[in-house]
Amino acid sequence: MTSTQARRSDEPRTAQGKAGKFLDERLNMAGPIRKQLNKVFPDHWSFMMGEIALYSFIILLLTGTYLTFFFDPSMAETVYPKNGTYVPMRGVTMSQAYKTTLDISFDVRGGLIIRQIHHWAALIFLAAMLIHMCRVFFTGAFRKPRELNWLIGLSLIALGIIEGFAGYSLPDDLLSGTGLRIADAIMLSIPVIGTWVSFLIFGGPFPGDVIIGRFYIAHVLLIPAILAALIGAHLALVVRQKHTQFPGRGRTEDTVSGERVYPLYAAKAGGFFFIVFGVTAALGGLAQINPVWLFGPYTPSQVSSGSQPDWYMMFLDGSTRLFPSWEIRLFHYTLPPLFWPTVVLPGILFTLAGAYPFIEAKMTKDKAKHHLLQRPRDVPVRTSLGVMALMFYLVLFLSGGNDIIAKAFDISLNAMTWGGRIALLVLPPLGYLVAYRICLGLQRHDREVLEHGVETGIIRVLPTGEFIEVHQPIGPTDEHGHGLLTYAGTPVPKRMNQLGAASPLKHIRGFFYPVKEKPEIQAALDELESAERSPEATSADESTRQLTD
Amino acid sequence: MTVHGTGDEPSAEELRAMTHEEAMIAGSEADGVHIVHRRDRFPIRGTKAEKRAERGVALAFLISALSGLGFIVAFIALPFHWHLPGTPQTFRFYTPALGGLLALMLVFLGVGLVLWAKWLMPEEEAIQDRHDDPSTEEDKLMTEATLVVGLQDTGLPRRSLILRTLGLAGGAMATVPLVALVGGMIKKPGSQLFHTLFRPNSKFPNGIPIVYSDFRRVSPDDLEPGGIATVFPGIREEVNGVNGVTDASSPTLLIRLRPGQKVKPRKGQGGFGWPHTNPEYIAFSKICTHAGCPASLYEQQTGRLLCPCHQSQFQVLEDAKPVFGPATRSLPKLPIDIELGEDGRQYFVATSDFKEAIGPAFWERP
Repeated sequence: MTSTQARRSDEPRTAQGKAGKFLDERLNMAGPIRKQLNKVFPDHWSFMMGEIALYSFIILLLTGTYLTFFFDPSMAETVYPKNGTYVPMRGVTMSQAYKTTLDISFDVRGGLIIRQIHHWAALIFLAAMLIHMCRVFFTGAFRKPRELNWLIGLSLIALGIIEGFAGYSLPDDLLSGTGLRIADAIMLSIPVIGTWVSFLIFGGPFPGDVIIGRFYIAHVLLIPAILAALIGAHLALVVRQKHTQFPGRGRTEDTVSGERVYPLYAAKAGGFFFIVFGVTAALGGLAQINPVWLFGPYTPSQVSSGSQPDWYMMFLDGSTRLFPSWEIRLFHYTLPPLFWPTVVLPGILFTLAGAYPFIEAKMTKDKAKHHLLQRPRDVPVRTSLGVMALMFYLVLFLSGGNDIIAKAFDISLNAMTWGGRIALLVLPPLGYLVAYRICLGLQRHDREVLEHGVETGIIRVLPTGEFIEVHQPIGPTDEHGHGLLTYAGTPVPKRMNQLGAASPLKHIRGFFYPVKEKPEIQAALDELESAERSPEATSADESTRQLTD
Repeated sequence: MTVHGTGDEPSAEELRAMTHEEAMIAGSEADGVHIVHRRDRFPIRGTKAEKRAERGVALAFLISALSGLGFIVAFIALPFHWHLPGTPQTFRFYTPALGGLLALMLVFLGVGLVLWAKWLMPEEEAIQDRHDDPSTEEDKLMTEATLVVGLQDTGLPRRSLILRTLGLAGGAMATVPLVALVGGMIKKPGSQLFHTLFRPNSKFPNGIPIVYSDFRRVSPDDLEPGGIATVFPGIREEVNGVNGVTDASSPTLLIRLRPGQKVKPRKGQGGFGWPHTNPEYIAFSKICTHAGCPASLYEQQTGRLLCPCHQSQFQVLEDAKPVFGPATRSLPKLPIDIELGEDGRQYFVATSDFKEAIGPAFWERP
């Protein structure tokens, strides 16, 4: 702030100034770039889920590119060499894809950790997208004008699942081969065109010798390109429409309140990227994932018990396990049972999710634009519908591992299947009812606290011998001591600590011993503090001091 | 609506006279961003608290740098080649060490950045105008007119000949890539899904030899009562890139029943086992009729066969009828017989292919 003198000249003299001049004379960026630097981001922990998804996508691109340097997506037969590093596989016939995966794991220095980071990042990518979607759903962020971004997000999840499946099919190990065989059975189950679809994708009868190469180019080029384009569009829409935010002081439908990109938000978001990357690296280094060398190469006649897909496929595995053995045969044609839980069900789930913003707008006749978020309790029907959908998903998800659960808890496998079938029909409506009740209860409690104040835990004996609990009003009250504040869609303080009761005005700093500032600095600090506290502090104190019943 | 061009913006002359902070605030106002609160975290310079915060951030960056150094050392120096159990297993620390050090480097860099922002950079609250007003009526009218006139200029509304031929060309444009790209990938399924490599072969007049995965022939003596074996057609030469053992549709489960176990055959499959009456050995396709996994968990006491993928269960004693789970069809049964080998031992052969398509159901399967 002392450099005003330097700025009086038109000619920049510093290196940064010259670079800025160079760029501005070519791109005329001074105005637009400042607008981006000044963009305001609202701050809430739940907004970081989408960031995690974005960052794990970047990690996937970085690690995935590295893996392509060593991976050969070929189904050509080869024999693991007699002097190969991984002794148990010596002399075993396998595909080139499986062999190069072993090479990445055993012969490339640091290859295994990159492979494992890549796989963990994929799991995190999908988990973060799903949780981000829940956040958007339960807070109503999908409402007009953001329905398009909801649809883009949904496409990202669907594509992410396909991308993940294509990715873990590449090593051509026993587990992924089993997954591919099931995928083939799913294609075969499509009425009329099923066998043609299967032969088109596999280039003949399963497994053929082209599927790994085709999945590879889909996995490293086609789908990532679409994902990147959709992510770009997703973010562009966020910039264009600006963020949603929870209501609060200074936050209206017409404004966004928070911190500007430069420097605060950039530092925080950049830091968060490295934290996400670090956690993924820790998982990749410390937690083994997909040890394909233990499974062995794919052979159609073998399978290992307890085979589980990656978590994001498990709901489909679960629906396949639970669906009853209903097959339709007509005029020498067959509609296999596999068609319903693996093609129709996901189709219905994604269609319903995609249509939800429009259904809700139609049912509530709400055509207005919304930039302020809702607390889940304030929209009990939507929240309960969401809980219902989550219960449905959860039962399918757990049923995808029902053999593991049956083994771990010594339950009959058939009982797990029947339990899953019944739970799939019973738990979602039950979840709806329970969630609805909880929403209403939370709403009532908010109103109760606004009217009667926060419970202080102080019991007072009245002269009549009656015991009452003293309540602390959180705002102005009427003559009966009832609060005048109305509910504004924001959190209501429920404990005295949230009103500052347990927070001393002056924190004592220091861990082992109090930090003592130099006397003159302490004097300056005291002076500043009293200056900052004086004007409004007194009036605020007035209202909080008065205790009523 | 916006502050742009309202005349409130200071001139270049005025901006030059301002401090940087004042000019920054003027810039944010020009962008519709109102900084309503801005305060130095440490308005009094040189306090111990400020130095502590600075040291904390610097410490995070230092740990990050040292971890990075440690990563490079570990990457180069630690042993990473796999060794058999029983020999030194130090290679097992390689990946965890790399992961731990990499994570420390990344996390502390991130933590340092976040703490820097939270502890040292001035706290601020900025409010940005949303500018979410709908397009102005004027804009809409003019854009609409532009679109309408543009369409009129092309003459399409009245030149229906051009419109129709353009439609045809567009249709060709959309179809040709589809035909060219997808057409090249189409393969005719034909009857391929109805056959396995057990189908009759003139080289083996007595039936296709039944072999293990190493092409050793299967003899009745190989199996204990209640035992099972995964067997294949003994076709060594490759057909479409696969032989009897690598073909995905041919794996078969040969089961030797326990004494006293009797099979209730399905219609038309009565003589498929060996011996033909009251069979002791029976063979079913190993490929599950539900989703195509190998159904391979056999419970010899109850005669149940379980597929580990979706837990379909088949009752072997009723010719592999599905008794639980999502499968709807019995496992196809392979007709088997015995022939005398050159060494005088008895060996299994398949007298014909499976009578129905193996594996998961599909549309054309009756």
